Amino acid sequence: MELSPRDRALLAALADGLPLAPSPYAAIGRDLGMAEAEVLARLRAMLAAGIIRRFGVVVRHHELGYRANAMIAWQVPDAAIDAAGRVLATQPGVTLCYRRAPGPPDWPYTLFCMIHGRDRATVLAQAEQAARNAGLADMPRAVLFSGRRFQQRGARFATSEEGAAWTRSTGAS
Amino acid sequence: MDAIDRRIVNALQGGFPVCERPFAAVAEGLGLDEAGLIARLKALVERGILSRFGPLYAAEGLGGAVTLAAMAVPEERFEAVAAQVNAHVEVAHNYARNHRLNMWFVLATEDRAGIAATLAEIARETGIPVLNMPRLAEYRIGLRLEA
Repeated sequence: MELSPRDRALLAALADGLPLAPSPYAAIGRDLGMAEAEVLARLRAMLAAGIIRRFGVVVRHHELGYRANAMIAWQVPDAAIDAAGRVLATQPGVTLCYRRAPGPPDWPYTLFCMIHGRDRATVLAQAEQAARNAGLADMPRAVLFSGRRFQQRGARFATSEEGAAWTRSTGAS
Repeated sequence: MDAIDRRIVNALQGGFPVCERPFAAVAEGLGLDEAGLIARLKALVERGILSRFGPLYAAEGLGGAVTLAAMAVPEERFEAVAAQVNAHVEVAHNYARNHRLNMWFVLATEDRAGIAATLAEIARETGIPVLNMPRLAEYRIGLRLEA
């Protein structure tokens, strides 16, 4: 899908979120000089094309009581990564799961997941179980809990945290 | 947060309708009324439990680029290096983590060339090599947290 200038204007107008009002899409359209029907049609097209992953809320995990956040990465033979990743992605507690380029020798790990939990013991137990189920129990791994967070300019923790980060840095314009 | 707030947060993490009266549609599914749902959402945003309400983009679909990067920062320089890194508007989340590579951040730029340029600049300014770990495949992006 090729984005038009009007699509981009709409995305930019939505960068800070949707108004909490009964007809939010009409309200966004008024600011842009766009009819509500056009706003709805453009958003549906961008959803269908996967440019917008989804509409919804972004929760602050810490404020919801998710105080323990671990990034776990495994060193997996290339041929086994996709199969392991697909299983890992379905395990309880796993919130994000990616294959990434490694950085040997310091960082030989390629299969990443995030586990968010209310405490470290729960997260570690979930990581152990997830590793067993995904056939990763014997693979070298690194478990990195997060410490201080340097959150800038209202950067948003999002379902697709990277997508939201991008929106913040560019205004999606 | 009461039981109704929890149901609202759990329901809305799954998505939000694109239609003329979306709050009314969501409210109906939850057994609430439109005005009551909007009032509760406003309160959840004010209390900082919800940070944002709207679309989540696929950066690559818009021509943007995203990566994860890490550095091994000497403990005594940690605060100073964090300030140098965070001075770049391209840097989104930046977390301290318990590993020799102890500073991890997400970088988001308008195009792919911006990633390499920004990481090179950070390495030059800090004198610390920056490990770049671009995403090669994604198996799950649907972060949902049970309230």
